[in-house]
Amino acid sequence: MPCRFPLSLVPWSSRSPHDVSAALDAAHISHSFGAIRVLDDVSIRVREGEVLAIIGQSGSGKTTLLRCFNRLLEPDAGSVRVQGTDVRSLDAVVLRRRIGYVPQTGGLLPHWTVQRNVALVPQLIKHATPTQAAATALELVGLPPEEYGSRFPHQLSGGQRQRVALARALAAQQQIVLLDEPFGALDAISRSALHEVFARVQSELRFTAILVTHDLAESARLAHSIAVMRAGRIEQIGTMRELQHSPATPYVAALIAQALGSAAALLERG
Amino acid sequence: MTNRLQFRWLLRAPRRPPAYQSAIGALAAAVLFAGVGASQSVSTQGPAVADTLRDAPSGRATAAVIVASKPFGESYLLAEMLAQLLESRGIMVQRRPGLGSTEVAFQALRSNAIDVYPEYTGTGLIAVLKDSATEAMRRDPRLLFSHVANQFEMRYGVRWLPPLGFANGYAIAVRRETAERLNLRTISDLARASDALSAGFTNDFIGRQDGFAGLALAYDLRLQSVKPLAPAIKYEALATGAIDVIDGYSTDGLLARYDLVVLTDDLRFFPPYDAAAVVSPRTAQSRPDVIGALSLLSGRITESAVREWNRRIEVSRDPISAVAADALRALALLSAPDERGTYEAHAPDPARSVRDDGFAAFFWARRAQTARLAFEHAVLVAVSLGCAILLSVPLGVVLARKPRTAAWVMQLLGILQTIPSIALLAFMIPLFGIGTTPALVALWLYALLPIVRATHSGVTHADPDAVAAGEALGMTPWQQLWWVQLPLSTPAVLAGVRTAAVITVGAATLAAFIGAGGLGEPIVTGLGLADSRLVLSGALPAAALAILVDAALAVVQRVVAPPRSDHQTSAASG
Repeated sequence: MPCRFPLSLVPWSSRSPHDVSAALDAAHISHSFGAIRVLDDVSIRVREGEVLAIIGQSGSGKTTLLRCFNRLLEPDAGSVRVQGTDVRSLDAVVLRRRIGYVPQTGGLLPHWTVQRNVALVPQLIKHATPTQAAATALELVGLPPEEYGSRFPHQLSGGQRQRVALARALAAQQQIVLLDEPFGALDAISRSALHEVFARVQSELRFTAILVTHDLAESARLAHSIAVMRAGRIEQIGTMRELQHSPATPYVAALIAQALGSAAALLERG
Repeated sequence: MTNRLQFRWLLRAPRRPPAYQSAIGALAAAVLFAGVGASQSVSTQGPAVADTLRDAPSGRATAAVIVASKPFGESYLLAEMLAQLLESRGIMVQRRPGLGSTEVAFQALRSNAIDVYPEYTGTGLIAVLKDSATEAMRRDPRLLFSHVANQFEMRYGVRWLPPLGFANGYAIAVRRETAERLNLRTISDLARASDALSAGFTNDFIGRQDGFAGLALAYDLRLQSVKPLAPAIKYEALATGAIDVIDGYSTDGLLARYDLVVLTDDLRFFPPYDAAAVVSPRTAQSRPDVIGALSLLSGRITESAVREWNRRIEVSRDPISAVAADALRALALLSAPDERGTYEAHAPDPARSVRDDGFAAFFWARRAQTARLAFEHAVLVAVSLGCAILLSVPLGVVLARKPRTAAWVMQLLGILQTIPSIALLAFMIPLFGIGTTPALVALWLYALLPIVRATHSGVTHADPDAVAAGEALGMTPWQQLWWVQLPLSTPAVLAGVRTAAVITVGAATLAAFIGAGGLGEPIVTGLGLADSRLVLSGALPAAALAILVDAALAVVQRVVAPPRSDHQTSAASG
């Protein structure tokens, strides 16, 4: 894929529909692990069909925030709504089955075939034809089920495993997907290929997603808006263009400068 | 013979497939928990071996009298004499030969799990009462007897019948040639010449204050060297001149065989060891007929007579039941000589008639018995291991979610593991009596730790990403357990089961010490009779069984193992 960075840092901002209500809405979330405040009055909203990237250093609280949406974590304060419903009024297990999830390492069950891994959520929600659903999802991420369905995770490359994880997060036609640094462990080439797959699938299915990452370029390429987190607080939420032209804090400015700097260095070398 | 009864019941279980699972469950429950008060059930369920004439259930009016012994020749013989004496008076008898140690036999007697066994006053004083003999007791064995008998009655309700008439104390023996050359008659004589002599003593004897440690002080013995030697090879080593002095028992048949001289204990260091029948509290209270019959032997047996009988058992390898019958006849306590055939049927070891034809012939002659014992052994292992798995795997899983509880439960199981097997078996007797039940419980306890620990670590370390993903995608805790944690920890669990299985096969040989049968039976008897062929005929199949079980589980492990669970193998681009 040709490197359009940084000119194309804001790919889809023009098609953000402002009138659509928030599919994911966290208001005034605070949470502490012991004495450490990992989330400090955080509020974010993601509109239906959009992708929000949360970017920040390790320990900034971005994964903790992500885990509030499918009740892997109950925040000390604040409320979380999914498609308008407060998550505390939902059964955690039922909620999680409605929400796709892609962890950094894929989290595939090593003793199950690709087919069975992908069919997991359809099976959990008593889908009529989980096998069919899995095949469709595999097709979608570019892994022909007849070739890959019977393989075990250890027989796949890292990139293929993340495609399977993505397929698994979508196989039950989830409208919401949470991704926790899903491409972080991949080499540059695989990552780029996965970016393409994700962008294509997202534009086809129009699911709502939160993408946790520490890669600004990835955020710019895949997300409609970006939330910058630092030490449990949101520094700024906006499009790449907004972050670039009117950074709210020196930290955001430094982050942008650093990303652009390394990109420029890359261009010079290339 | 409760054990055999249970084994048959087990055999029947698989023929009813629909009831199979409930049968196993019922068995587990019955075996583990119905054992409280098993002393009662042992005697009421009583004789189940239909193929031996005298154990056939005949009357229900009175319970069979359980006659036990400790695992050495003379104890086997005296117990068999007591048993035959009772039978000749029309009293039904059940035999429990070869109970592991003084501790095991005494615990069994005290808790009415057995009714009578032969014991020695000195042993009762030192091993049970943890006392030592006064000067007066050393001089007068009757004083020691009345002291021991009174204390047993008072503390435990156990009755000592009047002594049988002979003592079997420690003996210090030398070759006749040594005795003549150095003019040795007493241990004081030995002390004079001791710096030129080397000794071989049993391990047990060397360290004890009432053994060599005290003896050396009392007589100022300064032997050139003291080697620890197994009882079975001590005599051989002395005869061949490798050593000059051994410890033994004054009635050992081997003393006569090797023409040894027993040195007089002129300072009366050793307490008297008068033999007598000791009777359980229940029998002492409720069976005057038994007391009366047993008392017929009191004062009748001389040291020279018992030494000759021991010689027949230890040297000529005559069947114990035959020697016992001959002995009773010699004392005019048994009449009909044609009864002998019946006693032959009760010979503890038919293959003992194969005298010196080598191990192969001996082993072949015992094949049917070995097969039966191996089956008993396998059942002991299978039931205890099965029950251990039933508890340990769920326990390991639960503990994986409760780290703090896990720490102390593991510690507790670890402590359990450090209890010596024989001590654990002895602890079981007051709770479960003797026989199969306490053995199963003890083996079960031993098997718990390896499986719990393996399950716990398997579940705790099961691919954390896979477990987390399962949760995040909406698996219930049960689904996470059944679909992810358990399958991923199967190799670890199986490794734990394998360890436990091998431990259990080994530990089950000790079950013979509390009368649970199995391949330990010939080992215990063989050790007691210094018969290495008999020991091997139990030890070799036990070792083979351990290897077999281990290999079988290795195969299971390979078949059940999930595909490689590491996910950092190939790095090819997607």
